[in-house]
Amino acid sequence: METMYEARGLKKLYGGKPALNGVEFAVQPGRLVGLLGPNGAGKTTLLKISAGLLTPSAGEVRIAGQLPGPATKAMVSYLPDRMALPREQRAEDMVAFYKDFYTDFDGYKAGQMLADLKLDPRQRIGAMSKGTQEKLQLCLVMSRAAGLYLLDEPLGGVDPAAREYILSTILSNYSESAAVIISTHLIGDIEKALDEVIVLKDGAVLTHQSVDALREVNGKSVDEYFREVFKC
Amino acid sequence: MEWNITSGRPVYVQLVEQLEQALAAGVFPPGSRIPPVRELAADAGVNPNTMQRALQELESRGLLQAQRTAGRIVTAENGELTLLRQKRARRLVQDCLTQLRGLGMNEEEIETLLKEVQNGNDV
Repeated sequence: METMYEARGLKKLYGGKPALNGVEFAVQPGRLVGLLGPNGAGKTTLLKISAGLLTPSAGEVRIAGQLPGPATKAMVSYLPDRMALPREQRAEDMVAFYKDFYTDFDGYKAGQMLADLKLDPRQRIGAMSKGTQEKLQLCLVMSRAAGLYLLDEPLGGVDPAAREYILSTILSNYSESAAVIISTHLIGDIEKALDEVIVLKDGAVLTHQSVDALREVNGKSVDEYFREVFKC
Repeated sequence: MEWNITSGRPVYVQLVEQLEQALAAGVFPPGSRIPPVRELAADAGVNPNTMQRALQELESRGLLQAQRTAGRIVTAENGELTLLRQKRARRLVQDCLTQLRGLGMNEEEIETLLKEVQNGNDV
């Protein structure tokens, strides 16, 4: 099967300071991958480059063999790390907008998710709480039948019950032909749902292995492993 | 069914154990169809690939059978299940005995206690 995602020698400098320093890894279709690392390790930069929002200083990203551009944007569903929806719009306006914009958007599914999470389609985005805005954004992103999902901290601002729901949405949305890359600090909440983890440290891949292999070898959860490696 | 995935041990191993338990307890009776991988995975909050691996393990042990197009059924011919149940029961008794001996009880006392509890006599 064709590799869904590949980063080769990826570097990104911010004013001479490297945020990414030679990141290399590949993700196959059908895999759920956790992107972990302490603050400033380069997770968000990596995802932004992959989504085509930033250009790398060196190296490249390939999505289903292509460089980020209009073709990859049609198959990549990206959840940014901050609220990126216009505040004056209502939830239902955004559903309509996404439906117009992305051919793989499933309006029925979006409606279902909004109802499950008790979001009011008529509510203005600016009037929503931060957690509600995040839920809406995630509903939109997960309602696409994308080939690659790039989720930048989808669990951070939402309550534990909604986290469960989001996780089960990601799991029941699973497709053998799609890959999911999730950056998060809430490792404990998510690790049993993952196939693999990639740990970034100072802009490079510290380790990339299967969750069960890591648990077996270290005799501890990924969460505990992370706390040990990055002990302050 | 109830799932309880703890930290520190491979998820796959825990899934196999808990599925075994469910089969032994008859949560999915012999001959019945078990839910699809995706459903089981979402229910347990685990990765579908991991669940798939666990189901394949049970298949290779003869506890489950793959149907060509329609998922998996619990093996109807009951030998494997009986064996599994016996193995599990044996392990429970062994654990119990180990703990009782740890309390300093001898075999005779344990036997008496067992009879008492069985008959519903309180201390």
